[in-house]
Amino acid sequence: MVRDERVFVMGEDVGARGGVFLATDGFLAEFGEARVIDTPLAESSIAGIAVGAAVNGMRPIAEIEFADFIWPTINQLVGEAARIRYGSNGQVCAPLVVRAPYGGGVRGALYHSQSVEAYFAHAPGLTVVTPATPYDAKGLLKSAIRSNDPVIFLEHKRTYRMVKGEVPESEYTVPLGAADVKRQGADVSVITYGLMVHHCMEAANELAGEGIDAEVVDLRTVRPLDNETMLGSVEKTGKALIVHEDNKAGGIGAEVAAIISEEAFDHLDGPVTRLAGPEVPAMPFSPPLEDMFMLNSAKIADAVRRLAQY
Amino acid sequence: MPDGESDITALDSPSRGDAPSLDNDKLQEMYRQMVLCRTLDERIWMLNRQGKAAIVASSQGHEAAQIGSVWALRLGHDHLYIYYRDLAVLLSAGMTPREIMLGFLAKAGEPLSGARQFPTHGAYPKHRIYNFSNVVATHIPQAVGAALASRMRGEDSVVVAYFGDGASSMGDCHEAMNFAGVHKLPVIFFCENNRFAISVPLSKQMAVDGIAHRAEGYGMPGVQVDGRDIFAVYEATSEAVSRARSGQGPTLIEAMVERYLPHTSDDDDLRYRTREEIEEARKSDPLKIFKEQLMRQGILTEETDNVMHDDAKREVNEATESVEAAAYTGTEGFYDHVYSPPGGAP
Repeated sequence: MVRDERVFVMGEDVGARGGVFLATDGFLAEFGEARVIDTPLAESSIAGIAVGAAVNGMRPIAEIEFADFIWPTINQLVGEAARIRYGSNGQVCAPLVVRAPYGGGVRGALYHSQSVEAYFAHAPGLTVVTPATPYDAKGLLKSAIRSNDPVIFLEHKRTYRMVKGEVPESEYTVPLGAADVKRQGADVSVITYGLMVHHCMEAANELAGEGIDAEVVDLRTVRPLDNETMLGSVEKTGKALIVHEDNKAGGIGAEVAAIISEEAFDHLDGPVTRLAGPEVPAMPFSPPLEDMFMLNSAKIADAVRRLAQY
Repeated sequence: MPDGESDITALDSPSRGDAPSLDNDKLQEMYRQMVLCRTLDERIWMLNRQGKAAIVASSQGHEAAQIGSVWALRLGHDHLYIYYRDLAVLLSAGMTPREIMLGFLAKAGEPLSGARQFPTHGAYPKHRIYNFSNVVATHIPQAVGAALASRMRGEDSVVVAYFGDGASSMGDCHEAMNFAGVHKLPVIFFCENNRFAISVPLSKQMAVDGIAHRAEGYGMPGVQVDGRDIFAVYEATSEAVSRARSGQGPTLIEAMVERYLPHTSDDDDLRYRTREEIEEARKSDPLKIFKEQLMRQGILTEETDNVMHDDAKREVNEATESVEAAAYTGTEGFYDHVYSPPGGAP
């Protein structure tokens, strides 16, 4: 916002409150009411107004307070923003960013825990970003703001407090659509994103003591996918496990598995496997129920062990 | 207002013809546009019946509302967020019959969307025309966002969001008006109320006799005008424009109009309206009303009227012939413009 006057933030409680997760803490004082806009509680128009402002030359960052509240925006984002460039034959674009905290493991129950990435990743025209580390979050957010396409920027709520990491003050960007190998390994490719990157790293470190050398690929952007990095890893290890918190059916893992099966079949030395959230509508509240839904490093390590046996 | 029956009584509005800034040349040009629009609209409908134009949403009956409002704007400066029944807005804002016809026949060179979209949809940045969606009311918050952007940059452009009575039931319409009211944005919400959401009459869309009443709830003025009277529309829009441009915020204008043809070429309106009712509505045809107004003031004669009709017919004939002979949009660009080109160009 300092660098580019076209950038502004809008959403529920982004002003005096600084956002429910304090993402815009201090913004109001620094940038003023004209660029830090507290909106009515009306998600569809938060997205729709951002679309219109983007078409008219601005770079809005619209915040949806929780990803669980994002459904009223589907029409404006999937129906509109994603196809404005295509539907105007390239004459107009909608360079907006929609930030939304998502994911569970925070006692958020059915309406404050959901993973929504697969719904948006299905739409050509959208870019869907799911950073796992503070370093990546900063670099990817800068790229998202500077992108000339609409970007859905999903921040896992659990990573806000659980994950700590170095973030340089200096200027840098992390490219959209580029995965990152967070851990090199020779035996199994563990392909994941978001909070699960950390659980997968923990599992990989544990497995190293057992002689299983897992490679952890952080997708970082789930639309468009970085096929080259994914396939390069699988060609090396011959085994692919895809891990995500979102439920399995029709999830990102389904797409990744299909790409690997189609493109790297000759290199495979075991079934392309998915470890994902269960097929219940959303994450329940009570701790034992929530634990049952959530993946953790132990569940991931088990899945890697099974796959490594092939 | 009873279903399917016009209750518009403002036909003898004293304001008629008094708009000071419209000189005779401008009035003749407005009339020429209305004649051209009707001629073009009728031709397109015919092309549909001949199997050449896949889909048409006719503007017949809405022309005075559309042209009268456009003339209150600064073209190329103000933003037009239109909907699918706004053929006269397109013509009045500067598109040519040929350009419009390219859309209806989905031919190469169509300027709004490269014929990817339904006719009249897409964008024409030069004219600041935006009509991205077929989903009603989605453009209303976008129009508000465009107004927000203009104001953030300190520009004095105004945004007009055109929509029908059907769209007024959508949540996006409410959310957009509410936000515009809170922030006093330079938007004109221009409802072309023809009392039918396809087949659903106004009485089944709302419990009141129009949407202008709602303006109070959004902290903006709401005015209902006779949308068949181009002067009444021009004056109401001019006032809204001057409010918007001077920072006084949005206005909701409800132009009461008649829809002479079915919702689209795929609709059969006799399933829900009678022929008599439509014939009755045609007696107050905006084209006829405008002609009488201009003749009464000595601005138009039967002779000049005939010349204008002949010219319109010739122009539409030329457009039809030229576009019928043109090629369909080629498939070579099918995958273009999904994402921005690499290298950062927008």
